Amino acid sequence: MKQDLEQLKEELKYEKTNSCVQCGYCLPVCPTYATMGKETHSPRGRINLVKMVGEGRITDLSVLEEPMELCLGCRACETACPTGVEYGGILEAARAAITRRKKSPTPVRILRNTVFKEVFPSRKAMNFIGNSMWLYEKSGIQKLARKSGLMKKLPSHLGEFEAITPSAVSPRERTSLLRVTPAKGDKKYTVAFFVGCVMDAMFRKINHLSVKLLSEAGCDVIVIENQTCCGALHAHSGELEESKSLAKRNIEAFEKEEVDFIVNNAGGCGAMLFEYDHLLADEPMWVERAKLFSDKTKDISQILVLCGGIKAKGCSQQRITYQRSCHMTNVLKVTEDPLQLIQSVPNVEFIEMNDANMCCGSAGIYNIVNYDASMEILDQKMENVRDTNSTTIITTNPGCLIQMKLGIDRENLKESMRAIHLVEYLAEVTGIS
Amino acid sequence: MKTITSAHLTEIISTVKTGRVLTDESDRFSYSFDGSFGTYLPDVVIQTKSVEELAALVKLANREKIPVYPRGQATSLSGGPLPVLGGMVLDLSVMDDLLEIHEEDLVAVVSPGILTANIHNAAEKKGLMYPPDPSSSHVSTIGGNLAENSGGPRGLKYGVTKDYVIGLEIITPQGELIRTGGRTVKNVTGYDLTKLIVGSEGTLGIITKAILRLIPKPPASKTVMAIFNSLEDAGRAISKIFCSGILPSKMELMDQASIVAVENYQPSGLPRDAEALILIELDGHPSAVIDEAEQVSEVCKEVGARKVRVPKTKAETEEVWKARKLVSPAIARIKPTKISEDATVPRSKIPEMCRRLQEIKKKYNVHLVVFGHAGDGNLHPNIIADKSDKEEMKRVEQAVSEIFEAAVQLGGTLSGEHGIGTMKAPFMEMELGAEGLDMMRKIKQAWDPNNIMNPGKIFPEPGQRLVLSE
Repeated sequence: MKQDLEQLKEELKYEKTNSCVQCGYCLPVCPTYATMGKETHSPRGRINLVKMVGEGRITDLSVLEEPMELCLGCRACETACPTGVEYGGILEAARAAITRRKKSPTPVRILRNTVFKEVFPSRKAMNFIGNSMWLYEKSGIQKLARKSGLMKKLPSHLGEFEAITPSAVSPRERTSLLRVTPAKGDKKYTVAFFVGCVMDAMFRKINHLSVKLLSEAGCDVIVIENQTCCGALHAHSGELEESKSLAKRNIEAFEKEEVDFIVNNAGGCGAMLFEYDHLLADEPMWVERAKLFSDKTKDISQILVLCGGIKAKGCSQQRITYQRSCHMTNVLKVTEDPLQLIQSVPNVEFIEMNDANMCCGSAGIYNIVNYDASMEILDQKMENVRDTNSTTIITTNPGCLIQMKLGIDRENLKESMRAIHLVEYLAEVTGIS
Repeated sequence: MKTITSAHLTEIISTVKTGRVLTDESDRFSYSFDGSFGTYLPDVVIQTKSVEELAALVKLANREKIPVYPRGQATSLSGGPLPVLGGMVLDLSVMDDLLEIHEEDLVAVVSPGILTANIHNAAEKKGLMYPPDPSSSHVSTIGGNLAENSGGPRGLKYGVTKDYVIGLEIITPQGELIRTGGRTVKNVTGYDLTKLIVGSEGTLGIITKAILRLIPKPPASKTVMAIFNSLEDAGRAISKIFCSGILPSKMELMDQASIVAVENYQPSGLPRDAEALILIELDGHPSAVIDEAEQVSEVCKEVGARKVRVPKTKAETEEVWKARKLVSPAIARIKPTKISEDATVPRSKIPEMCRRLQEIKKKYNVHLVVFGHAGDGNLHPNIIADKSDKEEMKRVEQAVSEIFEAAVQLGGTLSGEHGIGTMKAPFMEMELGAEGLDMMRKIKQAWDPNNIMNPGKIFPEPGQRLVLSE
């Protein structure tokens, strides 16, 4: 019994919970504490529950399940934390411990529960099915699931679901990124472009524009073959082993080229890539290689700023607001570069929204798995967006982009407002198409 | 004391019509702690904005002798909201709807769940100020501040929470709603129950509304940073500034241990070999603060400061204060357990207290860091330890006891702003004497004969001792 507890402590990364002094500084920045209104759904509360399990005061691990599942994983609490608690690590360890003790693996359970028990029976959710944007979203997530290997585990009914979604993009089109795009003008850096799975499946155009922007800025851009999904969705849902194997595949693939940076355009993926060294910390054969990979990982906005910014043609007549990617803010700590690029556009009217650092509720597949909880968070976000009277919401992550589009749709703002990726905006103002 | 039966629970659920009654294990554990020590599981957690429902719950608790624990956002460093005997936790952070600023009366009217920082912001929008500024004000509720009589850096010039409360609405332990004080600064009608309730740590009733006094916001401020080779010199500088006719708005001290901790954590260009650093903020009329900053600089130099700096720009000023803000996180990285004390001495005894603290540090070989609101004698000796090291925790217990003794011997107090709660209860008699403590007990008995309101706090059980090792 005692040995079991010691093992559980190890598994849960119990020692990490000890750096939490329960000051509560994480409470005001936690989106689920705000919408659900109880400590159980706050970072301090969740950490305490893990602590109690580790100390043997809670013996039934299922007590952790709901609080852990309803966490967005936005990690705003880490930014607010004065003592540097590694919440992300605690969350992932707890989710993995819960998953290991389940009969069916989490993705199957979650997706089955959600798609069949939450999405279809929910009137609110189904209202969006008539809307092609929603379908597009779901189909994209599905492609992601397939590409990232989750698809293999899905229940057979999902095939039916797939049948009603728009036809998939042909693989030829999808891989139409050139292997090498040379720098325009003087070459400053050689970068490897991380394609990503959601970005590739749903936002191919943004990937194309990203490569063009990088090339314009003075980068030789290489698209490395055999790269794969970053593994973030797996890690966030407790499938740590799978995310580790994806990480290793990526490290191997990118080691083949001598590059200055590995550039991505999705905050969520970027954060995962950036933390490969944490993910593989227990694997001595990999940790050094992972560290090299992580050190090279940059968001596209960082590279564009490093290359001297963009050359905007003409000026923008739009009122812009910026919905930050949580993982870019709280994990990569990239907060200034996107703003600097936006504000470098002549005459740009930029309005910061209230609670700009609050998560939009997208959070990987959270908006599908925990639809109602996600929509409550989105509604709060949209109130702040509305107050800015913006015509354009800029985001830096595909999940946020989809969620913002959904928000605009829910609020009936389609006529007056649009959501675009930072890359699209920069391409627009520099005349790249 | 009784625990809650299923019949009680049924009655609670039927009473709470507009809020939530939480009984899941995950929820109960989530309301079992605060920012201090210990985990105590409540039987039930109740969230409701309705004063009537709360009053009915207290009536029920009083009839059935069930412990009632009012709670804000549990940032308490003394165990104020801990449900040490189980029973009901009333989560008052949900009462966050009322925040009115009345400029003509210079008052704010608030409900207990309002965050203190929101009162600061609302007042500032109208050119006013609510001075009490505990460093947790962006998380702490005003209800918690009132119950604990919280202070903060500005306490030096402006006083603490009790100096800004002129009226309250409370639920008595019998479940009756009463009002104390009112909207006027002058009010001598009967006993001052307002001041009795403020700082009573939730043992006399539940605050459901408060009327707070506001003052005009000072238009300008200026900061002086002085570095000293000896901690006692720094203490002397603090005392001497007060003798020069200047009352700074803040005066914060960092000792060598905290300077080194900050430099190790986030190098900020502070001298590691200096024994002390003080930060002084002056506020008021723009030309007055410039003049006062010069005078303060002179005083520090006279006492032997090795360097005095007056930051010129806003950015420079923020940088200087950032070092002070980094102390807490920096020391938390040394060892996981932080015992934060707030023993306070008269201003004139600051140098003596600094000396005693260094002796205690050596005697018990503990990692003691001194920083905090030095100007009002409210030094924050923090001991950094590892709670899994039982031998070390024993030494910490002895050191803490001796810190309390030193403070009381110097004419000071056990607690300047954190409250007594659970941990400091064993030392009450040392400061108050048996008769003094007995008078307090009589007040508690008169108000709450069934001892249902936050039982287990302030008053020591016979033979109770400070225990930090689990």
